[in-house]
Amino acid sequence: MERKTPLYEKHVALGGKVVPFAGYLLPVEYPTGMIAEHMAVRTACGLFDVSHMGEIVLKGPGALASINHIMANNYTSLAIGRVRYSPMCNVDGGVVDDLIIYRTSENGYLVVVNAANCEKDDAHIRANLLPDTEMENISAQVAQLALQGPKSTGILAKLMPAEQIPAKYYSFTEKVTIKGIDCLVSQTGYTGELGYELYCAAADAPALWDILLEAGKDDGLIPCGLGARDTLRLEAAMPLYGHEMDDTVSPLETGLDFAVKMNKEEFIGKAGIEAKGTTRTRIGLKATGRGIIREHQTVFLGDRPLGTTTSGTYCAYLGGSYAMALVENGILRIGDVVDVDVRGRRVAAEVVALPFYKHA
Amino acid sequence: MNTPNTLKYSKSHEWVKELDGGVVEIGLTDYAQDALGSLVFVNLPEEGDPVTAGETFADVESVKAVSDVYSPVTGEVLEINEDLLDHPEYINEDPYGAWFVRVGNVTEYDELLDAEGYEALCASEE
Repeated sequence: MERKTPLYEKHVALGGKVVPFAGYLLPVEYPTGMIAEHMAVRTACGLFDVSHMGEIVLKGPGALASINHIMANNYTSLAIGRVRYSPMCNVDGGVVDDLIIYRTSENGYLVVVNAANCEKDDAHIRANLLPDTEMENISAQVAQLALQGPKSTGILAKLMPAEQIPAKYYSFTEKVTIKGIDCLVSQTGYTGELGYELYCAAADAPALWDILLEAGKDDGLIPCGLGARDTLRLEAAMPLYGHEMDDTVSPLETGLDFAVKMNKEEFIGKAGIEAKGTTRTRIGLKATGRGIIREHQTVFLGDRPLGTTTSGTYCAYLGGSYAMALVENGILRIGDVVDVDVRGRRVAAEVVALPFYKHA
Repeated sequence: MNTPNTLKYSKSHEWVKELDGGVVEIGLTDYAQDALGSLVFVNLPEEGDPVTAGETFADVESVKAVSDVYSPVTGEVLEINEDLLDHPEYINEDPYGAWFVRVGNVTEYDELLDAEGYEALCASEE
């Protein structure tokens, strides 16, 4: 039985096409449609319900050591008020999940994980905590809204003092009050666009949703569903757990080396990542032939299969069919032309640089 | 939902329009385009290709998914609507104007519904 987020009634009232996703009932799109929602985020602003994401609090004098032990990135230099991304690996060097961690106080951290992995992550983190670390899963008490797009800063400025709006990417402000609602606001997101994520108590979420939509209505702000969230992240070539990585893929193979600190003395998966090596690499493809490349399609160079697409769709802002693929390492270069087997038909595609789209 | 009563409909959501000389025009219904959402790609057969009643002859892709389009008749493709290849959105904008193919030498029809029967079918799928 799927759970409802605190905003379920809003989605239904707005005419959203509600579908089960990661154990939750969420809108895939509203009557405006996925393409209009995608374009709104690139040119104006969109509001997403991302309350399905999981939140885990880690605190205590051992919290930093626990995080550095469990995560592939290094959190020693993370300042209070800043956010850092990391893959979390298993001992074999595969990826358990990818997540972001907020440092909220001297010894306090907020870990935000993928909804589909929340239970698995909870168990993995709990089993690997070092001493003097307290852990609490607060996912059910917390709602999360994502306000994404070039107009997002202006919309927030109508609701909160400008100096409280986090000015830098991957920074945040706590105890922001928006019309009486207590929020944490971070400059983060999963669209490749300027944007913010707002965390509040689950009970406050419907009111905050309405306040944001009202504040942005003259700026072109519209509610956006999971469909646009996926096409936006793909256009920005942001990897998605279960697609570009999973329990068997090394974070180095999927291009997350910026967040894997192999010079750390120790972390779970370090030896596994070394042993696994990088036999595969993540590449970007732009279809030059006619067709839409989707996930799980074979990439060929001539007759030689090189790997499989991991995500693919039509990207509305760039106006074309784009895909990511995990392929044999060391063979393809930017500009090479490959074929992708699209349901029995070969569609030509050019290897292009990642990300496909980067905001100004 | 728009369901012109001058057309016939298949249970798989294609419409059929009878032209002069035994030629039929085939397209996707308003109900189908609405359910699929914004279309971004159409794959059509070539002129001269045979089509078979109840079998797929084209496919359409929305942002999220690909869907097969089934032929309501058995015959031969005389003409394809090349405009759709560059403008799949025409199917969303004008589903009964955006014909996919014109088929001749028709030897067999699938079971077709009139407008009333088709609307009842759609209502039962809601």
